[in-house]
Amino acid sequence: MKKRVILDKKAIGRTVTRITHEILEKNAGCTELCLIGIRTRGVYLSQRVHAKVTDVEGITLPIGALDITMYRDDISKLRWPEVKKTEISFDVNNMTVVLVDDVLHTGRTTRAAIDAIMDLGRPKRIQLAVLVDRGERELPIHPDYAGIVCPVNENEEVLVRMSEIDGKDEVVIVKA
Amino acid sequence: MNWKRKDLLGIRDLSKEEMLFILDTAESFKDISKREIKKVPTLRGKTVITLFYEPSTRTRTSFEIAAKRLSADTINISSSTSSSTKGESLKDTARNLESMRPDAIVIRHGMPGAPHMLAGILDSSIINGGDGAHEHPTQALLDLFTMRDKKGRIDGLKVVIVGDIAHSRVARSNIFSLKSFGNDVICCGPPTMIPPHIETLGVKVEYDLKRAVRKADVIMMLRIQKERGGTTYIPSTKEYSTLYGLGREHVESAADDVIIMHPGPMNRGIEISDEVADGPSSVILDQVENGVAVRMAVLYLLIGGEA
Repeated sequence: MKKRVILDKKAIGRTVTRITHEILEKNAGCTELCLIGIRTRGVYLSQRVHAKVTDVEGITLPIGALDITMYRDDISKLRWPEVKKTEISFDVNNMTVVLVDDVLHTGRTTRAAIDAIMDLGRPKRIQLAVLVDRGERELPIHPDYAGIVCPVNENEEVLVRMSEIDGKDEVVIVKA
Repeated sequence: MNWKRKDLLGIRDLSKEEMLFILDTAESFKDISKREIKKVPTLRGKTVITLFYEPSTRTRTSFEIAAKRLSADTINISSSTSSSTKGESLKDTARNLESMRPDAIVIRHGMPGAPHMLAGILDSSIINGGDGAHEHPTQALLDLFTMRDKKGRIDGLKVVIVGDIAHSRVARSNIFSLKSFGNDVICCGPPTMIPPHIETLGVKVEYDLKRAVRKADVIMMLRIQKERGGTTYIPSTKEYSTLYGLGREHVESAADDVIIMHPGPMNRGIEISDEVADGPSSVILDQVENGVAVRMAVLYLLIGGEA
């Protein structure tokens, strides 16, 4: 299997730092800001942004984890996808929610996540932060913060590996 | 874990891994019932029929709420209002219902094995909502879920099941689930209500309630099954309640953190005193609450994905 590294550990670190600064810049003065990571790797990514925000601003944002399985549009075509827990312990009403995911592709995961959050309350706004935007959207969805924009071919796969569960940090493109 | 079953017919068929997978899935569904919008789109476009040939408040409502919270459409049929009163056989009723293309049928029937028979002839997923004195799998699963929630574990517990063991599908399903996780199960009741050779299922028998409940971690009370001739097995309900009714003194001799369970409906003053039923050790209403989450998990696993 051929693989091409597009972000290494250092580059991921720098990208997370930049995204964090962009989030803080765009939401300057916003007091009701929170981060919600989409399972699985979006959660780790959101935790890194969260830590960075604390570093930079000295504040602790509310943070949550979202499992979108129950909201997937292809659920009846999958073989028993495992449902994991959504852990959002704060009220999302009137919050500015920054959704965090590793890869943005068709936009269907984001659609499911937006619906899932709307069922928890009525946030003031929802923004989207992703580490990799690989293009090929099937829905009118656009990221507010993108780490790297990297169009890849249909037969290629973007894999985000994070040290928390994969043992190392890297973003690679592999031929499917 | 790869879920492969079409039907849920009994606990006896399930492996430990499958039971744990259902419980874990139920954990994810439990929060939905606590939200303001108690609905997710997961089973949109699916149809669930509850076909009940015996009376039920909890189980039927619980299945219906579970299905609705997953956005499935539900239709409830009770034997008293169905064509079975006109002489239609179960098989014909089921085949006719299947022609309307439901995805799952939850059946409760007085005849043991009725759900198994339907599972063999229908393509829909069949869920056993209680078949005679045989099994009631979702009850045992919600009991397991409640024990795990309250005790933090479901192994190595001393569980006492008290009452009409012979006519209780709840007892049977619980014995299967509790034994497969390695719990100590004691069946207690008058000799006429303890089936012969029940020890072959790995349980102990104790006829004296006071002795049975000593240091128990879980006490599960059962109702006298009047509809299955339960009262003919005892001299009088007064005597039964004196010997086998659970009171405060029993709870006090059990483990400090004992939980008292009852599948409902309770006959207060017969098998359980008000003081115990409404007391701090009682988890009876938690069982009902958890029942919805467990049934959501079962419906999701059976009809949620592609077969």
